Amino acid sequence: MDFLRLFGRDDVSSKDIAKERLRLILVHDRANVSPQFLEMIKSQIINIISDYVDIEEEGLEIKLTRMKKDEDATVPALVANIPIKRIKHVARA
Amino acid sequence: MGQVIVITSGKGGVGKTTTTANIGTGLALLKHRKVVMIDADIGLRNLDVVMGLENRIVYDLVDVVQGVCRLKQALIRDKRFENLYLLPAAQTKDKTAVSPEQMKNLCDQLKEEFDYVLVDCPAGIEQGFKNAIAGAEKAIIVTTPEVSAVRDADRVIGLLEAAGFEEPQLIINRIRPDMVKRGDMMDIDDIIDILAIDLLGVIPEDERIVISTNRGEPAVADESSKAGQAYRNVTRRLEGENVPLMSLDVEPTLMERIKMLFGLRARK
Repeated sequence: MDFLRLFGRDDVSSKDIAKERLRLILVHDRANVSPQFLEMIKSQIINIISDYVDIEEEGLEIKLTRMKKDEDATVPALVANIPIKRIKHVARA
Repeated sequence: MGQVIVITSGKGGVGKTTTTANIGTGLALLKHRKVVMIDADIGLRNLDVVMGLENRIVYDLVDVVQGVCRLKQALIRDKRFENLYLLPAAQTKDKTAVSPEQMKNLCDQLKEEFDYVLVDCPAGIEQGFKNAIAGAEKAIIVTTPEVSAVRDADRVIGLLEAAGFEEPQLIINRIRPDMVKRGDMMDIDDIIDILAIDLLGVIPEDERIVISTNRGEPAVADESSKAGQAYRNVTRRLEGENVPLMSLDVEPTLMERIKMLFGLRARK
């Protein structure tokens, strides 16, 4: 057992927290993505896919994040989480 | 023909003025270069105070640009260091008193006569920043190992690249080896990894910087100052010398010494 923990020491060092926060902040800064911009993407995605499926609009979540490309490289990624209520019939035809 | 280097950071209070004063003094003192430092922070001048030259100001940058005096009349010669000059900022005007074109003209004139023209950029990314970078061909970015300073540095690097600066170089200021060792401060590799630019130097946190600023004597001339040593290294790197980073090791703490005695390895 790590006896340092007895003295209230956290497992994650604060510099790692700083680094991770910075990485995320910079993904947004560099892409120059404003919340409005994400809203625009969101409404267009809703428009397109609601022709085929019923979605739960409140649960829809879109964010910019980073994804591992390989061992040590990461790339910015647009992640959309879209809860589907029902697949429409037109989609199956 | 000399070169014009802008010292910038985005965020305020990270050490642009201290860095300008120390690099300028270092180049004149160690390398006998002819150097002029321009304080581009119009309305909030500080470089004169850090250099201890505040009592010698007659004319300033705005006077030169507006033709109130000749360029030569506004340059303050530092009597302690041969070949070192300061062009102070105006204190009573604001940054709109100068345009980027005027700054470029000024820098072009100065580099005819000086080996180095160092421009101390104001904080921020607006007009004052645009003025400061207008006449420069090289940029040095100063940051500290903090989230806010690194974020602003990244923003400024982007703006400099968009303005055609090829390889801005980074100075990491006020690093605390004891905190880095505990994992409570980002280290050199973390910051370089994030910003992805060349490193020009690392300056340790040093009480002697406060003392030297109190006195108006740049730490680069202080043999006993660690930060001064780091600035001497930066000076030599600017002149093309290959100087390794100075060691920032800290003395092991009592606890670590006890652990070493028992054969336990100290945490990194």
